[in-house]
Amino acid sequence: MTGLAFLIPIALGMGLAGLAAFLWSLRDGQYEDLDGAAARILIEDEETGS
Amino acid sequence: MNAPAATFSAAADATACCTTRLAVPGIKCAGCIGKIERELPRTPGIHAARANLSTRQVAIRHDPALGQDALAAALLSLGFEAQPISDNPHSRDEAEQRRLLRALGVAGFGMMNVMLLSVSIWAGADGATRALFHWLSALIALPVIAYAGQPFFASAWAALSHRRTNMDVPIAIGVILASALSLYETISGGGHAYFESAVMLLFFLLAGRALDAMMRARTRAGIGALLSRMGKSASVIGPDGSTRRLDASELEPGMLVLLAAGEALAADGEVIAGTSTLDNAMLTGESRPEPVGPGSAVHAGAINLGAPLRIRLTRVAEDTALAEIARLMDEAGQARSRYVRIADRASRLYAPAVHSLAALAFVGWMLAGAGWHQALTIAIAVLIITCPCAMGLAVPAAQVVAAGALMRRGVLIKDGSALERLAECDVAVLDKTGTLTLGSPRAEIGALDPEARAVALGLAQASRHPLSRGLAESLRRAGVTPAAVEDIVETGGTGLAGIWQGVPVALERAQNESAELAASLCIGARHYTITFTDPLRPDAAEALAALRRMGLAPRLISGDRAGPVAALAAALGLEAEAEASPKAKLAALEALKASGQRPLMVGDGLNDGPALAAAHAAIAPGTASDASRQAADAVFLGETLMPVVHAVKVARRTMRIVRQNFAFAIAYNLLAVPLALAGLVTPLIAAIAMSASSLVVIANSLRLARSAQA
Repeated sequence: MTGLAFLIPIALGMGLAGLAAFLWSLRDGQYEDLDGAAARILIEDEETGS
Repeated sequence: MNAPAATFSAAADATACCTTRLAVPGIKCAGCIGKIERELPRTPGIHAARANLSTRQVAIRHDPALGQDALAAALLSLGFEAQPISDNPHSRDEAEQRRLLRALGVAGFGMMNVMLLSVSIWAGADGATRALFHWLSALIALPVIAYAGQPFFASAWAALSHRRTNMDVPIAIGVILASALSLYETISGGGHAYFESAVMLLFFLLAGRALDAMMRARTRAGIGALLSRMGKSASVIGPDGSTRRLDASELEPGMLVLLAAGEALAADGEVIAGTSTLDNAMLTGESRPEPVGPGSAVHAGAINLGAPLRIRLTRVAEDTALAEIARLMDEAGQARSRYVRIADRASRLYAPAVHSLAALAFVGWMLAGAGWHQALTIAIAVLIITCPCAMGLAVPAAQVVAAGALMRRGVLIKDGSALERLAECDVAVLDKTGTLTLGSPRAEIGALDPEARAVALGLAQASRHPLSRGLAESLRRAGVTPAAVEDIVETGGTGLAGIWQGVPVALERAQNESAELAASLCIGARHYTITFTDPLRPDAAEALAALRRMGLAPRLISGDRAGPVAALAAALGLEAEAEASPKAKLAALEALKASGQRPLMVGDGLNDGPALAAAHAAIAPGTASDASRQAADAVFLGETLMPVVHAVKVARRTMRIVRQNFAFAIAYNLLAVPLALAGLVTPLIAAIAMSASSLVVIANSLRLARSAQA
């Protein structure tokens, strides 16, 4: 039972960290352009000096 | 909020760098993003560009000295048409969407943690452990419910305070009662707490709402991406001959204004001095430029294509022809706002039934001799199990999938209610110019040799005259690269002239003013005549036949002259009405509605605006005037008419899926309610039933994505 004293705060902490990460990503505009994010992977890296 | 001219606000922002967002409907793929972001910063004055594929916008950081026109020109040189965005009309939607997403995140967090604790309870934790877990659940769930439940509580309260009921009333009551009972159980050390059910309910419902909001925001952004400019200010000439910029709202009749080339008129008036041609497309949908001279009456929204004009204002602000049409549209649109969404129609029947069932369960068990605590627990179990989780998702899930599928095919649906109304239409009314036809003049370039084509494009791309733009469009489509024409001069009313490889070249008005639209191209001593036509959309006949097959008898109603309308109607086998004023179009729509039919209006011009607003559902092409796009439920892009047919087809399929979803939700209730009434539903069963029904509804809705492709 003493395990619970550790496990519950850990579970809660991880949940809160996930929530914080989500709220941060929302504020940071990570969901502004979902289609674009999928397409950007296909863009060739810029060749320097051209 | 006043709306200063765009260049004005850019100039006022005196920082070293400013950011402008432009709508660029042409962004389609990674290649476009790469091209814009790589090439645009090479233009002097532009520091960085960031393309957004979802909203089809480009954000440009640039020197304040660069106006929106210069930015649009820079994008055009890369091959993308760009239009400035009017002062952010979507910010409210965006804020709502963000609030829903935040609430969804919080509810998701709460659901996972409370579920973790609940699973342990279901697995057999009891005594002190169970009490501890209940307390922990309460500590997590109560703040989460208080935060994430706000959208539902607010909407339910708004409905109740108007003595109405909506979908949110049973949800709010169910959630509040479940939380209160669970809290009581927790404090009194009882066995059953429903925190996880309450939080899960909120999570699934929020998911439905967030999807709904995202669909609206995404398509509005798409429509916003098409917004064009309109006269918002004017240069007023004072008695001493000086000019100053005045906002459209400050103009007064009798003022003398100067309308520069390329500028849009902000009020109605009469030309005092100067001759020019006006583009009245905004008002009439007619692409042919109208020549004006002293004495001509001109209307707000007209764009000056030639030389500067001096205009004495006659009617301003609320009195202009434009405002009159806007007012007609407003009034006609009232009826549509009274339309009741299918979800609310369902909940009108559903909510009273559920509430009386729960009340009956409570009374029944009390009479049967159970204690009030047990009776209340059962009543709440009934409320929770019937809480319309699947119902809340039934409509938005299907509509979001359908709207996404339609968007990929070039139809932007404004909101879910539009899909519902589209599915119900049983007669189609179409406008001619710009709807059945492309609405922009297309040049016949077959007679030109490659050299002439290159020169023509070199000249045409320098002008904003509709014929020049039509010519440039036709040539670009044929893959012509523009020749480097130097010293281009545009003379209003005459044409363009320049020097190409030392030879004088010109693109001018055709010598013989025949009925046909034509221009003449001169290269040195050689002359070419280029004719323009406003062709039918390539698949018009096919699309009309498809509409007829689907039971929507198409008919034509146009403001154009009787001759061309009758010819087109005969060719397509349509019933037609010609020379219809905006009021006549509106009256025709009202007559159809009065006879019990549900008209679908497809039109583009501002003269179609009132009819679009009055119709049961309305679709406008992407090239339509601003106001018409606002009035329409959906906007279709591209040169074909088929998207209209797809929109109706997909809307009907969507409603079929929605009805299946409802049927499923009701069937599930018929199964679960007796269990709940018998007092057999534990929190575990409630949780499983709720998620299972939601997942089935979502899975059923996803079928639309595939069927909408076909």
